[in-house]
Parts: sequence; structure tokens; C-alpha cells
Amino acid sequence: MSLGQSTTVQHESEGVRVAPHSLRPPMFLLLLAAVVVVGMLLPIAYLLLRAVAADAGIVQQVLRPRTLIVLGSTAGLALSVTTTCVLLGVPLAWITIASDMPGRRVFRVLTALPLVIPTYIGGYAIVSAFGPRGALQVVLGRLFGIEHLPELYGFWGAWLALTLFSYPYVLLSVQTGLRGLDPALEEAARSLGFGPWRTFWRVTLPQLRPSIAAGGLLVALYTLSDFGAVSLLQFNSFSRAIYIQYRGAFDRDYAAALALVLVFLTGLVLGAEIWSRGRARYHRSTVGVVKPRRRASLGFWRWPAVVLCSSVVLIALVMPVGVVSFWLARELQAGEPQRLVWSAAWNSMYSSAIAAGLAVAAALPVAILGVRFRSRWTAMFEGLAYAGYALPGIVIALALVRFASHYVPWLYQTLGLMVFAYVVRFMPQALGTVRSALLSVSPNVEEAARSLGHSPLHVTLRVTLPLIRSGLLSGAALVFLTAMKELPTTLLLGPIGFRTLATTTWTATAEGFFARAAGPALLIIIVSAFSMVFVLRDAWSDSR
Amino acid sequence: MLHATIRRALPALMMVGLLAACGAPATNGGAGTASAGASSAAGATTAGSANTAGTGGELTIYSGRNENLVGPLLEQYEQETGTQLNVKYGDTAELAATILEEGANSPADVFLAQDAGALGALADEDRLQALPDAILNKVDARFRSPEGEWVGVSGRARVVVYDSQTITETDLPDTIFGFTDPKWKGKLGWVPTNGSFQAFVTALRVLEGEERAREWLEGIKANEPKVYDNNTAVVQAVGAGEIQAGFVNHYYLLRQLKERGNSFGARNYYLKNGDPGALVNVAGTGILSTAKHKPAAEQFVQFLLSDVAQRYFAEQTYEYPVVPSIPLDPELPALDEIQSPQLDLSKINDLKGTLQLLQDLGIL
Repeated sequence: MSLGQSTTVQHESEGVRVAPHSLRPPMFLLLLAAVVVVGMLLPIAYLLLRAVAADAGIVQQVLRPRTLIVLGSTAGLALSVTTTCVLLGVPLAWITIASDMPGRRVFRVLTALPLVIPTYIGGYAIVSAFGPRGALQVVLGRLFGIEHLPELYGFWGAWLALTLFSYPYVLLSVQTGLRGLDPALEEAARSLGFGPWRTFWRVTLPQLRPSIAAGGLLVALYTLSDFGAVSLLQFNSFSRAIYIQYRGAFDRDYAAALALVLVFLTGLVLGAEIWSRGRARYHRSTVGVVKPRRRASLGFWRWPAVVLCSSVVLIALVMPVGVVSFWLARELQAGEPQRLVWSAAWNSMYSSAIAAGLAVAAALPVAILGVRFRSRWTAMFEGLAYAGYALPGIVIALALVRFASHYVPWLYQTLGLMVFAYVVRFMPQALGTVRSALLSVSPNVEEAARSLGHSPLHVTLRVTLPLIRSGLLSGAALVFLTAMKELPTTLLLGPIGFRTLATTTWTATAEGFFARAAGPALLIIIVSAFSMVFVLRDAWSDSR
Repeated sequence: MLHATIRRALPALMMVGLLAACGAPATNGGAGTASAGASSAAGATTAGSANTAGTGGELTIYSGRNENLVGPLLEQYEQETGTQLNVKYGDTAELAATILEEGANSPADVFLAQDAGALGALADEDRLQALPDAILNKVDARFRSPEGEWVGVSGRARVVVYDSQTITETDLPDTIFGFTDPKWKGKLGWVPTNGSFQAFVTALRVLEGEERAREWLEGIKANEPKVYDNNTAVVQAVGAGEIQAGFVNHYYLLRQLKERGNSFGARNYYLKNGDPGALVNVAGTGILSTAKHKPAAEQFVQFLLSDVAQRYFAEQTYEYPVVPSIPLDPELPALDEIQSPQLDLSKINDLKGTLQLLQDLGIL
């Protein structure tokens, strides 16, 4: 123990002070984390099997200049979307949590809601608003005779759609981070003569680094995996290329090889995240109750802040909801019978809720290992848990089709397998928030409990979990919201005849029955919004 | 106090989740495999009646055809025969890939596909079995696989949907190549991601050769067509006057006309003289080589070709029946009036080459 211990402490010298007894992770934690990581790696194992079985020409096929160009432009898209999401999410989080902007509580909920809009609806709304002959062009045409808007299709459209519907990943993560911050630090800075701006840049922002990194990671990897927005807005991304191989050419080997390239890209993104996260210590060093935050006074700037929040909500939330309501109005007008979607709504809700609970449960051991027992090995565990996150849904679905139908046929096409697929796809979302929550809790508290003779398991359940509950809840909320709109694994792995709101919406839009899609699409948004309010109910109290 | 509640509730919630996830497969799995478990009573009748198809039994269908289109027909079949249909709906190509991944363990008995290409892909990997002559002989030879592994169930013609408020048929060219004329610049719409469009491009390559196909695609691309996500969007755009013409399947317009009445400002135009743009393709079906309920599957395919089902396709989805003597929707020209190209549908199977071409030209 002593040798490993001294090197680790040296290695960590910049940051976390680790008490000696916590260096060797307890067995139950290691086992749990190992089980979780093995589950997360199933899709990649499948891809490797496929790629190895393929003929030798596959390497050349994958390394064609064209593939590399698509790879480059996809990486460019991920980078720009992540950058704008951070530029949008961090100020919005700060304004809604730490400032005295009027209506901040309402905006705290509203600005998080665009996350519930499925990209296949949001992308459609963007096209009908900003596309050629869209609403904006018609208005500008009438007012100023403007005939052409800048081309929406391609990079800019995909960038806009992905930014608008995934910035809440950064927003929610940073909001959680801000709530866990000890305002005493900022006050100390102010009392030492720092102005509000300097305090923000030098004290607040550095402390938010892990939250920003966690949110940014989700955005970057989501951008790599997205198919809905890039196909609607015709951006030739890597995941679109993979889909085309599956859909058109039935070429599963080539698609698998392409998907492995995406896994490699994920590795690069993870490296960037670990680098940007920094090695500093983030929890409070003192024990006691966090002081209520004093709101920063915005003065005149509160009005531009309101305008910023309103415009984001207008474009990313009101507009898509408006489009769907228009479909619904047309359906009611046409006298079409309202289809029963309640059973689909119930199916969506409980399967997403189970997935959310399991995903948080799966994220916990991995996060605790990574934060409390930091070493090269536990960092690798964390990284491996993210490895499949950038893979498009169809890849994960087909991988699990392969494994389940061959090795656990009794589990194939059951609710259990479908929920398992949700957890494999979305657990990393919970991992990020649980990890940042753990970082803000001082290990001293846990050590105190240990020193009083409690077992590690007991400490985890009775001390750590209650302290990070807000992180657990927002992690569960992220998974719940994403699972509500999940499509490919639901269609392929769900029990036969299992309908969710997402599959009902898809069934209708796929053949152009937009009116029939309206009911279930609105229900996705409403149900998700309510669950969001439930999760954010803490947010109503201004105290933390 | 809230802390205390959450502290107690959270582990409980997780346990519930675990239990639910572990418990569900046991019951569902039993029902799905038809032989054991909770549904033992139903299972017994299944085993007994599967051979004397017609009363009871069950059948697992993977349907790439939309539930909104075929759902009512399948329900009718269930009611009439007492057969329980377990239908998995999804995207045609994704379901085909699923069947390929499942291999011999596929629970599916029957595959209903949007296009012949997906059926061809399964046949190529020996995942479909030969159909009996009684089924094959019902369908015109041009609408089934030469090896007898799949049959067409309904036909769809490629058409040009045009803005009937500003132009008439006489303004339209006889051949699809006429649309590469610069006078169509900014007035066209297409759906390059659509399976039927890609099947048409494959047919174009087979009929006219690679060079001409490339020429056509480049010519259309030079006319800056509006790109849409699906065929309905093209038809709506033509009706709204956003574009003057679009390349789609014939039945999308008929649905719009039923929904919005005959004042809807768009009509179908059929290209002439065996032009590739007047291709008639099929949605079809095949029985898996690993089907566990073969007699029931054959009986179901027979039903799809029966007068009742064929009339359903003609009247409800506005497609062409593949069995002669079924009356058409009055809006539709008869199948033999369409001057479609002479082409064996199983020849349009090189989708990969088409995707390559579309990507090389920057269309996909």
C-alpha cells in the first residue's frame, strides 16, 4: 500500500488531499463499477467483432480521403456546437441562478426545457421558420423585399439546431455547479477589492470548470451521435454516413468500421475534457451550512438579460411547440379522431423513469471510484463508460440485437433489454452530473463518518448520497428526458407492440401524417416539462 | 426533512427499478416464445393449430410498412382468422438489418417491406424461403422475385407531381431528362434520402447506363432543386406553389387530395415511352427461412394477395393492386396505361453503387 500511496499523493500534489485509508477502493465498489463498464462496452465489442470479420479492404475503404473529410467536418461541427453551447449556457445559468434579473425563477425552468424537444421536431420547426420560403423569409420578403436568406441547409442549420436543443446540457450542469458553490469565496474576493467581473472571471468561473466540462462533453458527444437534426438540415456528418450504410446498403461491416472511427474520435473528446476539467479541488474546506447566496445586482443590464433569456426561449421552445400546436389545430379542424395515446404516454413515462433510476445507480460506483479513488485505473473506468456515448442509436440497437438474440434469447425483445439499452446509451449523462456533485462534497465528511466506525457501504448510503442528491436528481432528469424521445432502440429492442410517445410520433411523421403526430408530440413535451418542473422544484427556492 | 425523505426514497426507487427490469423479461419472454411460461394455455393451442392453419395460432411479422397504412388490414385479418399477429413496426432497412443480425434466432416469420431492395438483401443472404407456386402464380411475373423468394403486394409508380395552377401537362417534358433544362432552375423538388427515389436512380443506371445517370443527377443538381425530407413535404410544397414540380411516388398526391379536396393545386404526371421516370416498383413480402409458423405465414401471404386485401391497398393507400381484376381509384390511370420501362425489379439491387454515386456528386 505504501508505495502506491506515496506516488499517488505526489501525482495529486496540485489538488485533492487524499486521506490514506481512502486510497484502496472497497471491493463492492470495484465490482459494481466493473459490471457497469462491461455493459457499456458491449456495443464496442460488437463493432470490433464485425470489423475483424470483414475483409481486408475495409481499412482502405474507411481511410479514403472522403471519410477523413467527413470526419473533419463532423469534428468541426462538434467543436463549434460545444463552444456556442458553453457561451450560451454559462451566462444563462449565472443569470438565472446568481443574478437579480426579474423573472429569473420562471426562466430557470423555461431555459432548461428545450432539452425535451426531440430534434426531429425541433429541426422541422427551424426549417419552417428559417428555411427557404420559411416564415422569416416571408416576413422579410414583405417588409424589405428580401428574396433569399443565407443558406440554412448544411453546416449552419445543423449548428443552429444542435446548439438550440443541446445547450441545456451545459446550462443544467452549470446551474447545479453554481448551487453547490460556496458564496463565501466570492464574498472574500469582493472584500479584497475585486470588482464583480473580476470575481466572476477569477473566482466563480474557475470553480465551475468541472461543471462546464461535464456539460460540454455531453454536448460534443451528442453532436457526434445525432442523426435527427443533421438529416433534416442536410449536414453530411459521420453518423449520417453510418446510417446511410445501414439503411441503404445493408453493409454492416463497413458501418461498423465507420462507427469505430467515431469511438476513436470520442477518445479525443474525452482527452480534451479531462484536460479542461483541471486538477484543482472544488469542495468547501470548512464544515457547516452554505451561506445563502447574495444576488449580483445587474442594474441596467437586467433588461438585456431578460431579452437574451426571452429570445432563447422563443426560438428553442415556443417555436417548436407552436409548430406542433399548429398540427394539432389542423387535426382538430379536420375532425380526425383523437387516437388514444395514453397507454403510449404511460409506457414512455415508466420505461424512462426506470432507465433514469438505473442509470444513476450505474453511474454512482463509477463516479465515486473516479472522484474519491483517483488513479490511472479509475480514470480509465470513467473513460470507458463514455466510450459508446457518441455512437448513433442504430449502432447500439443492432449490437444489442446481435448479443441478445444469440446469447440471451429469453431476454430478447423484452422491456428489460430495452431499458438496459437506454442505460447503455444514456448513463454517461448521469455520470457527469453525479461526478460534479461528488467533487463539491468534501471527503472529510465521509472520513468523519468512517472514523466513527461506519462501513464504506453505510457511509455511501447515509452520508454521500444525501449530500449529492441534487446531482443525482439532475442526472436522473437528463436520462429521463433523453429516454422519453429515444427511437431506434425502442423500435428494435422493445417488446412487440410496445408503443411509446416517440414511436407513435415517428410512425405518423414517417408517412407524412403530421396531424396524427401532433398529439403524441405535444404529450412528450408536456410530460417532460412537468417532470422537469418536479426536478427543478428546488430551483424555486432562491436560497441555494 | 426533505433530506430524510430523499435518503429513504432513493435506494427504494433504485430497487424498484432493478426489480422491474429483472422481473419484466421473465413474463414477457414467456409470452414471446410461445411455448413456455405464463401463456401455456395459449401455447398449447398454438402448437396444435399451427399445422391446420386458419384457426387461432400466432405469427410474428416485422413490418417496414407504416402502422397507419397496414394496421387496419392486419387487425381485420386477426379478427377473421383468430390468428394472433405480433407485429414489430419499424424502418424497412433497419428491420432488414435486424433480421440479418438475428440470423437463425430471428423470431420473425414474415417480413413486410416498403421496397424490393430490402427483400433482395435478405434473399441474397438466404434469409428468405421459396414461396409456393400457388402464391407466386397470383402475381404478375414483373412484380416478384425470379427465384420466388418474395412477392410484391402493392405497386407504386414514380411520377412527376406538378403545380396544376400555373402549368399544364403540355408544359412538361416526355422524359425525365427534360428536367435538366435550365428553365427548371429553382423550380424542382426531390428527396434524395428516400428509398423509392434511390431505387429509381438505380433503375436509371441499369436502363440508361452509368454515364447518363450521372448526367441526369448533375443536370438536376445544377437546377438547384429544393431538398425535402419526405415525399409528402414535396407534394405539399408543389400544392403551395413553392416549387413547380417534384419527383415522388404516385400515391402521396392522392392522400392530399382526399384530405384537402380537389381544389388542392397539384396533379400527377406520368412520363412517357418507357422512361425510367415512370418506373413501377413494389412493396412486398417474404417468409423467413427460419420461420417457426410456416403454414400460418403462407396463409397470411395468401391473404395479402386476396381480393379483400388488394382492394384495401387500392382504396385505402391508393396503391396499385398486383393481382389483376381489382378496380382502381378513379383518379389513377390503369397500370397498363402507364408507359413504364421494361425492367426486372430484382435487377435494381445495386443500391450501394447508387449511394456511392449520390455521395460522390454531393447529393447525399
